[in-house]
Formats: sequence, structure tokens, C-alpha cells
Amino acid sequence: MNAPLSGPLNDNPVLERWVSFPKSGKISIGTGRVEIGQGVLTAMMQIAADELDVAMERIVVRSGDTALTPNEGYTAGSQSMQFGGVALRQACADVRALFLAQAVKVLGCRLSELSIRDGSMLRNGAPTGQDYWTLAGAVDLTAKATGSGQRKPVAEMKTIGANTARLDLPRKIFGEAIFIHDMQIDGMVHARVVRQPNRGAKLGAVDEKTILRAAKGPVELVRTGNFLAIVGENETAVDLAGDAAANHVQWQHVEVPTPLQQEANWLLQRPAIDRVIGAPEPADAQGRTRFEATYSRGHLAHASISPSCGLALYKDGQLEVWTHCQGVFPLRAALVKTLGLDASKIIVHHVQGSGCYGHNGADDAAADAAIVAMQKPGVPIRVCWRREEEFVYEPKSPAMVVKVRALLDADGKPSDWTQEIWSATHNYRPGAGGNVLGAWALPNPPAEPQPGDVPEANGGGATRNAEPLYNIVAKRIIHHLVPEPPVRTSALRGLGAMPNVFALECFIDELAERAGKDPVEYRLSITSDNRARAVIEKVAAMANWKAGASGGTGRGRGIAFARYKNRAAYSACVVELEVEEEISLRHVWCATDAGLVINPDGVINQLEGGIIQSASWVLKEQVRFENGVASFDWETYPVLKFSEVPEIDIELINTKDETPLGVGEVTAGPTAAAIGNAVSHALGTRIRDLPLTRDRVTATLLKE
Amino acid sequence: MPKKFQFTVNGKPVSIALDNEETPLLAVLRTELGLVGTRFGCGLEQCGCCTVLIDGKPEKCCAKPVWSVAGKSIVTVEGLGTPERPHPLQQAFIEEQAGQCGYCLTGILISAKALLDKNPKPTRGEIAAALDDNICRCGSHNRILRAVEKAATQMRGATP
Repeated sequence: MNAPLSGPLNDNPVLERWVSFPKSGKISIGTGRVEIGQGVLTAMMQIAADELDVAMERIVVRSGDTALTPNEGYTAGSQSMQFGGVALRQACADVRALFLAQAVKVLGCRLSELSIRDGSMLRNGAPTGQDYWTLAGAVDLTAKATGSGQRKPVAEMKTIGANTARLDLPRKIFGEAIFIHDMQIDGMVHARVVRQPNRGAKLGAVDEKTILRAAKGPVELVRTGNFLAIVGENETAVDLAGDAAANHVQWQHVEVPTPLQQEANWLLQRPAIDRVIGAPEPADAQGRTRFEATYSRGHLAHASISPSCGLALYKDGQLEVWTHCQGVFPLRAALVKTLGLDASKIIVHHVQGSGCYGHNGADDAAADAAIVAMQKPGVPIRVCWRREEEFVYEPKSPAMVVKVRALLDADGKPSDWTQEIWSATHNYRPGAGGNVLGAWALPNPPAEPQPGDVPEANGGGATRNAEPLYNIVAKRIIHHLVPEPPVRTSALRGLGAMPNVFALECFIDELAERAGKDPVEYRLSITSDNRARAVIEKVAAMANWKAGASGGTGRGRGIAFARYKNRAAYSACVVELEVEEEISLRHVWCATDAGLVINPDGVINQLEGGIIQSASWVLKEQVRFENGVASFDWETYPVLKFSEVPEIDIELINTKDETPLGVGEVTAGPTAAAIGNAVSHALGTRIRDLPLTRDRVTATLLKE
Repeated sequence: MPKKFQFTVNGKPVSIALDNEETPLLAVLRTELGLVGTRFGCGLEQCGCCTVLIDGKPEKCCAKPVWSVAGKSIVTVEGLGTPERPHPLQQAFIEEQAGQCGYCLTGILISAKALLDKNPKPTRGEIAAALDDNICRCGSHNRILRAVEKAATQMRGATP
């Protein structure tokens, strides 16, 4: 029986989109997934090398290109291996089977006599003079995948599961031109947008003379509707004019976020779209003890290290766009809607940028370039955002309030659980109908999407990981979607998983304390999922966890666990830290089960990154509002520094027979909650609002 | 009238004529000289992506006017090593797989070189302190610290 086709292969069944043999000795593989610093292209090459029986060196990768690769939507949600990797594996297996069938015909032998070594066909182990490239002319790769190709058993894999050096890293370490920022196209000019402060703001008087003079070089103004850009050959001149424009352009109907809207509690007063997911909440406690706690988190920035950049050329009715966004096909659809061009007239290519961690300004910068390019046919346009532009205008991860309440049985275990959430959307991506920023300023802005969030079928947005994996008889999520946030909000690494896991795993610790139980023992007593138990037990052993370690001493340790989206990778973290006025992280231990691991060192790298970024969110990060977004640079939005990073030890539980699962986001929640629990252990009192800044720690200690 | 500026980059003399003498050194390196290994991150001298050595000292060059480096000696990541002849730091970064998106790495390599030039045997704490001017957003910090330690050890071995 044929294997069912993985989603992306079902959507893109033509085999040559996945695998082709462009020249002798080389194999080209296509993936809709893009490199965002997570090493995905290396992992895809490992998969292809094993399934096709060729050396890695023979493989070149096409990635994220509307003209050349499968459409796999977004590189997001830790799904590249689970879906994209599995799809590529099957496509390669199907291609291998087609070549073997052709070899049987040409050689007049039986299939069972054949094997493949580095692309060459062997018959009973002996060379036959045939290989992929001699046979390629007779194999029709415009055929559709069938799923009939036999995938390699795990035991026969050589490259999958082996530590493999990232193919892109050397070029980054030697300073080569690899990023979109490094691209040069003949005749290219630079453009900088004079940003519309908010949707609906109208462009008033423009002091053109002063702006042009400030450039100290030739620049011009390009305008359509409320979209105004400065364009010129010299980037420094364009930049100087852009700086001047901030003070020499008038806007009407300006609305900016206020300090009141900065704090998550503001959400509680807002109109919302309400939903209940799960069993109805019981009217009374039925003799059980009720316990409730409220947790919150402010808005976060992606704060990518490189400002967003995009290039575009509109020539002979065709628009070509270069972008570092996570989804070239959804961006193309947004450009169709924004510019009124037909999809067949637009090609979007992915070029690497810095880590994005979700929906940052990448799509917007590409659209900026495209909008300007439409006004300047034949001229390649490059837009590189300024640091302030990135911080102020990138979509933010929404603030959230999470209220958890449980009914406890006599033994102190929860038998009824409610997680109530207030949040704006986590998905204003172009693929969800969201508009690119520049579209708002055009003469006829496209319609706004209906308010919504990521559906639970796709892991949920604000509701992601809001349901505990523990054995609890009745559980429900109450979701208050606040449709009008003070700033544009969208996807950041893990979406609602971080605030939800922070809330529920801190709450579990509070329940354990009430029950007089050790946090590890308590968790195990309400967990029957064996893979969950394994990571909790493993991390406790790694950290030499001992029940009953005394708290309130200024030194603390905490544990937390989550299965990402309740259906992907399992991870548990233990954090050890010290608190004086400031929190100093000392050590983080992490055990993760991500199913079949393609590149163990790559997985560990991602897990480390997730831990450090989450630690940074928890200890330092919140977007400030003060007559506008007041977090506009690295001083007003500080992140974790080298001297503040803890030691990290990670172990993988490599369950080889399971589907490979993504790991970019799995540690975000457990790290946050383990820090929260460790701080509570260190101080003897709990802080439920993030970030855990020095001011907040001091205020909490003074209250005690 | 364009003005002329002279300095050296990676040991080679450079002479450049510019209309605007306030043009940042970073723009000159990237645009005029095609040395794109030094990255633009903020333009505010905050993130360290644009760190280069100026007369041996690590400095951010995204807001440093070109006139201020006239006559000086500049080293960029391109002057550190090549794939054929990597600097021990570059070799160690590859061995430790020290990086994710890699955008910050060239600035970090320069900061690390400046540290090892004056302190060949730094502690982990001293390395971290020396890199606090460089932001890594992906969370590759521990690998980077390990790589610098490793390079330091190798360099001491090579030139005792």
C-alpha cells in the first residue's frame, strides 16, 4: 500500500519541483522552506542524500522561489521537518523508485539485484555504467508523486541522524555576500519610505525643498496616495533626506499607542470576540477547592538583528521581488491584492536575512520596494529599513493576560481546569489576509481581514498550549480575542505558547506547593504520557534535582514542561538562578524529544537559541508605549547580553521511529515557566507578570 | 566638489573621493569597496554588527564619518582569513557551529580578535564582557564563547 502523501507533497505533487537532475553529477532539490538561521537547508540535504543514496556534495538546493520550488506556505510553526522534510523524503523515495524501475528496463535485470551508491546503479554490487544522469532522459519527473517509493528504514540511514555542519555558516563566518542586504543589481537605486504613522493617517504638507536639500546629493520624492518615498542612487543621501523628512512632513488623523495601552491589563476592558473551547465550566465547585491565579505579559518585538530589506524590479509588465520573508507564495498573493497585478506577472525569490523569529518587517520591506518599483519601471529598487523603523513598525507579539483556575480534589490534584485568555491576534500575516504595511498608505487600500487568529486545527494562536497535557478530567479554554490592538500584532516564535505555558506551568507549581508536593513528583503524578514523563525524568536527573531544596534564600531552581502545540516535540527545562535585585541565570538543563532527529547538533543549536531568546523575553523585554512606540532601538529595547547568558546543557531523547518534529519553538514556554518557578523558589514569593525586571523584583520584595 | 580620503583597509591603501565627507565608514566599505562582510545592523553604534579594527581597536563604523578615519589602518573580517586560510577564530567558529542566522558573526569575530590580541588567555567571563557590545539575537552565545576559548587555546599553541 502506498504511504499517504504528506500535506506539502499532496499540494505540490509534480516530482520535478522537489528533485531534478540539471547536470551530470548534480542533483537539485526544491523546498518551499527557507533558511532563517535554523539550518533547514542542511537538514533537507541530509534527507535527500539518504533517500537518494548520494553524497551531500552532489546536492544543490532551490529554496523559497515562486518560479522554482514547491509552495509550502510559510516556514513557521516548527513544521519544516514534520511536514516539509517528510514530503521531501517521500518525493526522493518516489524518484529513486522511478530510476530503479528504469534501470531494470535498461539492464534487463531484477529490481532485487539493484542498489545505488552515490548515484550509480550497482547490480549485485558491481558497477553497471548506469547512474541517475545516464537514466535521467528516460525518467519522466513531470509525473506526480504516488507515495509508492519505499522510504529507507531508519537503521539504514547514514546522513540522517548524524551531526552535519551547516552549509551556510562558512560564508557567514568569512563575511561573504550571502544576505539580501548584500545584493547589488545593475542600475539599482535606494528608497526609504516616509512612514505613515498609522492606518488611516493622511499625508499633508510636504516640505520638499528642505528634504531634498538635507540629502546633500541627488534624490527624488516618489508619491502615490499617502505613500511617500525618497529615492536616489546614494544610500547615505537617501538616508539623510529620510531623517529630515520625519520633521518636514505633516500627517493628519494620527493615532499613536498610549502608556495605558502598554500593559496587558488594558485588554481586560476592551470589546472582545469570545469563544469557549472544551467542556462547559461547572456552575459550582461540587465540594472541591477552587484556586485561581492571573498571569500576564506585555508586547514583544522580534527585534531582528538586521533591519528588514527588500528589492524589486518592475520591467515589461513583470514584477520581480527579492525578500527574506518566511513565505514567498503568500507574499506574492499579498502583492497581487495590493498592486492589482496578476500572480503570473510576479516572481518572488527568497534571499537570506537575519533571524526573524516570526512575522517581522520582511514582507513589508519587500512590498515597499515593490510599490516604489511600480512607480519607477525599469529601475531596480532596494529598500533597507532603519533600526527605528524596524522597532516601531514591525508587527508586535501581542500582550496577553492568562487567568488559570482549577478545582482541586482532596489529594490536591486538579480535576477541572479553565484557562482564560485575553489577547489580540497572533496572525496578521499576508497569508492570513493581513495587509503589508505600505498597502495602508496607497490610494485604494485593500480591505482589512475579518478579526481572527490561528485556528486550533493549526495549533491555535492565543490559545496555543493553553490546554494542559496533564490528566485532568475536564478542561476548557475561554478565549477573548481583542480585535483592535494599539499596534499591529502578529506571529512571534511560539505565538501564545510562551504566555500560556508560563501561566499553566507556574500554576502547576503553585498547586504542587499547596499540596505539599515536590514539583517534579507532582507533575509525574498527573502525567501518563510516556514521552512527557521521559523528558521530565531526564531533565530532573540531568540537573540532579532533589526534592525539598529549601527556598527563599536568593538562590532558586524551577522546572517546567510542555509538548509544543500538544502534538509536536516534548521539552522540559530546569533553571537555576540567583536573585538579588536583578535575576542572574546560572544554569539551564533541557531534555527534549523531537522524534526522529535529522541533525542532532542543529537541533541542539535551535533549542539553545529558543532557551536564550525566551530568557531574554522573560527577564528584559516589553515594548514601551509613550506617545507612540517608545522602544525604538537597542537601548530602549534591551535584550540578553553575552555576560548574562546561563550555562546550558541539553540532551535529546531520539525516538527514531517517530516523525521528526520541529524544535525552534518548543523551549520558549518551558524556559519562561522554569524561570518563573525558580524566581518564586528563590524569593519565596511569586511574580506573575512578565518581564521579571529589576524594578518588578524590587517592587515585589518591598511589598513582602 | 568631491573630497579625497586616504586610509588602509586590510593592509591595502585606499583612496576615495566623496561628495559627503560625513558618509559613514560602513557605507564606504560596503558600497564603494564591496567589502560586505561588515554588516549594517542599526546605524546607531549599538549592536556591533559593523565592528571593525581601527588602528587595532574594535570600533563600530556605522555612524563613523569617513573623514575621521583618514590616515588610519582598518581591518575588516575580509582581512581576518579566507576559506583557504582561515583565521583560528574562523576555524573555531566553524568547528563549534557557532552561529544561527550568522548576521552578527563578522562583528563578533572582530571583537574577539581585538580581545585575543591584547589578552591571549582570557577567562570565559572576560570573553563575555568583551562581546557585550555585540548583540546576538538567535541565542548562539554559548557556542560563540566556546569557539573563542578554543581559538585562544589554539593560537597560544601556535605561538607559545
